[in-house]
Amino acid sequence: MTTMPKINRRTFLLSTAAAGGGLALGLRLPFGPEIVRAADGSPEINAWVVIRPDDTVVVRVARSEMGQGTITGLAQLVAEELECNWAKVTTEYPTPGQNVARKRVWGDFSTGGSRGIRMSHEYVRQGGAAARMMLVQAAANQWKVPAAECSAANSVITHKASGRKTTYGKVAEAAAKLEPPKDVKLKDSKDWKIAGKSMKRLDTLDKVTGKQVYGFDLKLPGMLNAAIMESPVFGGKVKSFDAAKASGMKGVKKVLQVGDTAVAVVADTWWHAKTALDALTIVWDEGPNAKVSSASIAEVLKAGLGAEQAFVGNQSGDAKAALAGAAKKIEAVYSYPYQNHVCMEPMNATARFTPDKCEVWVPTQDGESSFAALLSASGLPADKCEVYKINLGGGFGRRGAFQDYVTQAVRIAKEMPGTPVKLLWSREEDMRQGRFHPVMQCKLTGAFDASNNLTGLHMRLSGQSILAAVRPAVVEKDKGRDALSFQGVFETGEHSFGYTIPNLLIDHAMRNTHVPPGFWRGVNINQNAIFFECFMDELAQAAGQDPLEFRRKFMAGHPRNLGVLNAVAERIGWGKPAPKGRFRGLAQMKAFNSFVAAAAEISVEGGNKVKVHRIVGATDCGYAVNPAQIDRQVAGSFVYGLSALFMQECTVKDGRIEQENFDTYDSMRIAQMPKVESIIMPTGGAIWGGIGEPTICVAAPAVLNAFFQATGKRIRSVPLKNHGIQMV
Amino acid sequence: MQLNVNGKSHEVDVEPTTPLLWAIREQIGLTGTKYGCGIAQCGACTVHIDGAAARSCAIPVSAAAGKRITTIEGLASGKALHKVQKAWVDHDVPQCGYCQAGMIMAVAALLRAKPKPTDADIDATITNICRCGTFQQVREAIHAAAKA
Repeated sequence: MTTMPKINRRTFLLSTAAAGGGLALGLRLPFGPEIVRAADGSPEINAWVVIRPDDTVVVRVARSEMGQGTITGLAQLVAEELECNWAKVTTEYPTPGQNVARKRVWGDFSTGGSRGIRMSHEYVRQGGAAARMMLVQAAANQWKVPAAECSAANSVITHKASGRKTTYGKVAEAAAKLEPPKDVKLKDSKDWKIAGKSMKRLDTLDKVTGKQVYGFDLKLPGMLNAAIMESPVFGGKVKSFDAAKASGMKGVKKVLQVGDTAVAVVADTWWHAKTALDALTIVWDEGPNAKVSSASIAEVLKAGLGAEQAFVGNQSGDAKAALAGAAKKIEAVYSYPYQNHVCMEPMNATARFTPDKCEVWVPTQDGESSFAALLSASGLPADKCEVYKINLGGGFGRRGAFQDYVTQAVRIAKEMPGTPVKLLWSREEDMRQGRFHPVMQCKLTGAFDASNNLTGLHMRLSGQSILAAVRPAVVEKDKGRDALSFQGVFETGEHSFGYTIPNLLIDHAMRNTHVPPGFWRGVNINQNAIFFECFMDELAQAAGQDPLEFRRKFMAGHPRNLGVLNAVAERIGWGKPAPKGRFRGLAQMKAFNSFVAAAAEISVEGGNKVKVHRIVGATDCGYAVNPAQIDRQVAGSFVYGLSALFMQECTVKDGRIEQENFDTYDSMRIAQMPKVESIIMPTGGAIWGGIGEPTICVAAPAVLNAFFQATGKRIRSVPLKNHGIQMV
Repeated sequence: MQLNVNGKSHEVDVEPTTPLLWAIREQIGLTGTKYGCGIAQCGACTVHIDGAAARSCAIPVSAAAGKRITTIEGLASGKALHKVQKAWVDHDVPQCGYCQAGMIMAVAALLRAKPKPTDADIDATITNICRCGTFQQVREAIHAAAKA
């Protein structure tokens, strides 16, 4: 689980490096190698403020922008403390190679786990504040007055007594020569003027004119294009391929094997490369997994539901004894499928290799992870490698820890030294070679006494561990347990359980498969919220109680969970009659240190056509940096989560994924979009919550609970299309 | 083969079966039009052919020859944004933005055919996929553009 490292001192190192015709105020924070990091590589960042003579402020951001608005939010935080003119703020990515060369001055680049802002806010603001203090000091020195008599606002420094004014651009050079301040005080959030406001995004214009360059659009002089196919059976290898036919096709420059597992065609254009690849006959050694199917995987998971051995994620009292002595028991089994991220921009990377230098251009959620893949694949030392980050056409977790496309691109480029090669996956390759939302089954058993009081609960998860596949060292350190499996129902931390239930046991029988799992927006909160929040409704039903009232009994010790739940209940009109033919459902959870809840209002026609009319989503994220962008993330997360609920499953047949495109793996369209009402209710405190992911998990259980109210039917497996249920 | 794109004639040297999308991207060099699926499902590749929205990934270039093709780069007139682009900026519609060129082209064609579309018109016509889930802002911006 992610935790912030303890910071005992703050050092700001001044750099005199000129940049952009101006001066860079380098703000080095103590996130270098000397800092102890959490086992899972918890994120750290460092910001740079560059001030040009024309007062332009360039905020350097190590996090990646993939649509979630992070660069705008981080720039707001810097600008707030810097007291600069927001109209002159722009942003820039430092490169991973620079980071290595400068002893990781920017720390970790990872942009996942909804951490872009929540894990960066403090040192980013410190950076802005320190820069402001130095600029003011520089002006005070010029005027020979105490800095305390000067103030800064909107990039202008004023000495009130004498009426003198100057601008940041004019004193930037002098400021850069000053010692950085040791004691930097941050503003109270109630005094914010730029942060906390719905500033427009900084990156919109190029996205509406077609000018924005995605990795997919990159052009370099002399560049060739590659298409690739990797063994569709995970773990399979290339046995042979007949290069002759493809080699003679129009535009083809090279047909080559990539590693043990893939074959690529390099051509003048990608269309030529793909056409030749499609014509190629590849024989695969499919290995031991060629017979695996969704049904065989489900059997393995099912056995785990009753297994003796399991890792404990949350325990109080004696759940097994409570169940044994129950007057009434309620039991239900749920399941969640494999799902693909399906970023609109398929995976891609461009590489250029010479023995002296290897460069990669890539849309990435983690430039350092890309850099590591480049180092490994190129065999060159770090000072001969560089990664250039490009904005992403969607990430959702696919482009962070996993850099398989970078490895492939570098391997191909190594075969053609000096020639830049852009590797682009087809949509079919992207669908086949996902890092999939893991499969999970869950058996929940609740115990009631004779007076319908809940006396115990056992939640048994059985399924795949992401960390066992991706970060095995973390799992090993935890004696085989994957604590991330318990997101939202864990005993403690940023995904802690939002109820106090007597005699509770939540455990996980880890059942791994050959299908590579990955971090998929929200990660394990998606299934855990469905399992637990739908079962809470089942328990309420069994106890003959209102689902909201039933939940409240166990939430006295969880005021922030209760706060968001009450907020959505009130807004949806819970307890008052719904419009005719409409039915309501609720769900709540804590995820990525934000408290979130949703209330859905749906109608069902003919028993299977579901219209989601409204969803109210509430978020207590501690602090809200850009409310308009939070609203968009909430609505967007509902689209992602409800597409998954209704439409999406990757099935396994003969060891491979069956779905290859949007015709068999659909996604919501505008006609299906509910009215989303977002309630942002930050309650402050020491810990900031995330935004990009948390609310994704409450949409599905709220809708499923409403579906039960509408039809009396409990749907316990995803996606709903498998039950003949459509979203209309 | 001659292609008329954004008011200019371009000679392209491709097989007639090449999808129009790839001729636009790789021969003419206009990369605002995106690839998302290759089977006319997602709409990321939407352009206008003789004023109507078309999914260029599934149209052979031979079928577009001699016709008037407009891409996102040709939507604005000079420096003045098209009213749909302007509404997109005013409403901060894009998130990652990858699908938005196709979305904007689909909407611009809708507004040409139906200057004041109802929500039902929008639902029936705008079927582009956006994985970021910008639909709420898309709808607001369409209505705003219709009033502009």
